[in-house]
Amino acid sequence: MRRVAILNATVFAALVAVALVAHLAGAPYVVTLATKAAIFALAGVGLNLALGYGGMVSFGHAVFFGIGGYVTGIFASHAAAGTPVLTFPFTVAGSAEMLGLWPMAMVVTALAALVIGALSLRTSGVYFIMVTLAFAQMVYYFAISWRAYGGEDGLSFYVRNSFPGLNTFAPLQFFAIAAGLLALAMGFSALVTRSRFGLALQAARANRQRVMASGIRPFALQLTAFVLSAVIVGLAGSLYADLNRFVSPAMLSWHMSGEIMVFVILGGVGRLAGPVAGAGVFILLEQVLGGVSEYWQALLGLLLLAIVLYAPGGILGLLPGGRRHV
Amino acid sequence: MSALLELSGVTAGYGAVQALYGVGLTVGEGEAVALMGRNGMGKTTTVRTIARMLPATGGRVAFAGTDLARLPSYRAARLGIGLVPEGRRTFGPLTVSENLAVAARPGPWDVARVTRLFPRLGERMGQTARTLSGGEQQMLAIARALMTNPRLLILDEATEGLAPSVRQEIWAAIRALKGEGLAILLIDKSVREIAGVADRAVILERGATAWAGVIGALSADVADRYLGV
Repeated sequence: MRRVAILNATVFAALVAVALVAHLAGAPYVVTLATKAAIFALAGVGLNLALGYGGMVSFGHAVFFGIGGYVTGIFASHAAAGTPVLTFPFTVAGSAEMLGLWPMAMVVTALAALVIGALSLRTSGVYFIMVTLAFAQMVYYFAISWRAYGGEDGLSFYVRNSFPGLNTFAPLQFFAIAAGLLALAMGFSALVTRSRFGLALQAARANRQRVMASGIRPFALQLTAFVLSAVIVGLAGSLYADLNRFVSPAMLSWHMSGEIMVFVILGGVGRLAGPVAGAGVFILLEQVLGGVSEYWQALLGLLLLAIVLYAPGGILGLLPGGRRHV
Repeated sequence: MSALLELSGVTAGYGAVQALYGVGLTVGEGEAVALMGRNGMGKTTTVRTIARMLPATGGRVAFAGTDLARLPSYRAARLGIGLVPEGRRTFGPLTVSENLAVAARPGPWDVARVTRLFPRLGERMGQTARTLSGGEQQMLAIARALMTNPRLLILDEATEGLAPSVRQEIWAAIRALKGEGLAILLIDKSVREIAGVADRAVILERGATAWAGVIGALSADVADRYLGV
């Protein structure tokens, strides 16, 4: 195994170990924190495809996180109430099955990403950042005013959606679902980035014109990567909704977009396990420093500053075997 | 000989600054043509216009019978224009084999064949492009263009700034490509080396074609007038 692969596996194993030890030590709260880290890491793995490998600095990925969450919340609340989600043009029933909700969340996210990506990718640089942010804000304000699903107050559903063969209310079992999906997403991401498509995507980040001189259309590459990235973030949003049994416009806010970016930058941009390390450290800091001061994010800011200035490879770049990009 | 590439009266520029004032040249199938002229006379601008990285503002650029006007550069590349840009532009963060894989399009040129042309690349497959020597990067840039299986290879200063022994390797490769019947448009400062490869020469003077003819007809007088410093 190459050193990078060992490092990636180790970071993932560390997260699993935290959950297992906490479970054995009878600390379900910590298991739930590890679950939250796994879900945030999943969102980070998604954003990393666009930001890290594709060089698309999206400041609006919360929109996909939120859409994934809202699709889950809406279907789950209808399933609980026994009412259909849609009656026109055809009847769509609610669902409380994760295996049904995930594809739904992913499809809706993909459609949203296709539209947002196709329009945003006509710009680049700081304009791209602003356009993605603008789309996210539009959806955010729409959610706030959408009274049918709680508006500003958000939408709760009382029973966590089910997964065949597992009790999703048991913290360790729900963690297993989140960690399993995280592992799948990391595997998928590794395959994508090593494929010819992924190589061309990374080449396009390095130089768009040279890629075009090789007969490749960067727009198509980048849009595909943007949609794939969004779909993974949408899946994370679905899990996050289930973790809290609650969705609110906060999931769509620009703070959330920023947090997903922080996971990626903190852990290591364009590194497979970067977002896992980033999300883990973020949750850890939130717990440890958050207990000391409610201004803990000021310290997070300093840490980010240090990372950006002195360790552009993020936390992963500092670990042995983390020097080279995946 | 049918013209593979045909430029007539091409004008182009960067914003308000016009750089080409009427370039005309043709490259036939299997022919090697040298594009010559002093610095700043529009050689690189001409090849950028051919590869559609810069839009022509006037005149006509046709490749294999297709008018390239309004085609994006990736479409020009798909038609068979393989550009090796000035300054050995590789994809630095990717390895040699990844650089080649990205560019690959179906055809007779594959990894095995480009590594036969440049055996040194075969020894460096796992290395990232930015860690290669200047000569190796240039070989990779040419190999990458060949992986697209072009019908016309454009070499912009392929040997500039390289050690003499490396230059010889690259010139040998260019001669081999010419021998295999690949059409080549090349820009280089070494008139002596060009004379060993090119069938014809086109000389640019202030963004326009000033002289065109077979390489043997390029007299010392003409060379002195258009190429002398």
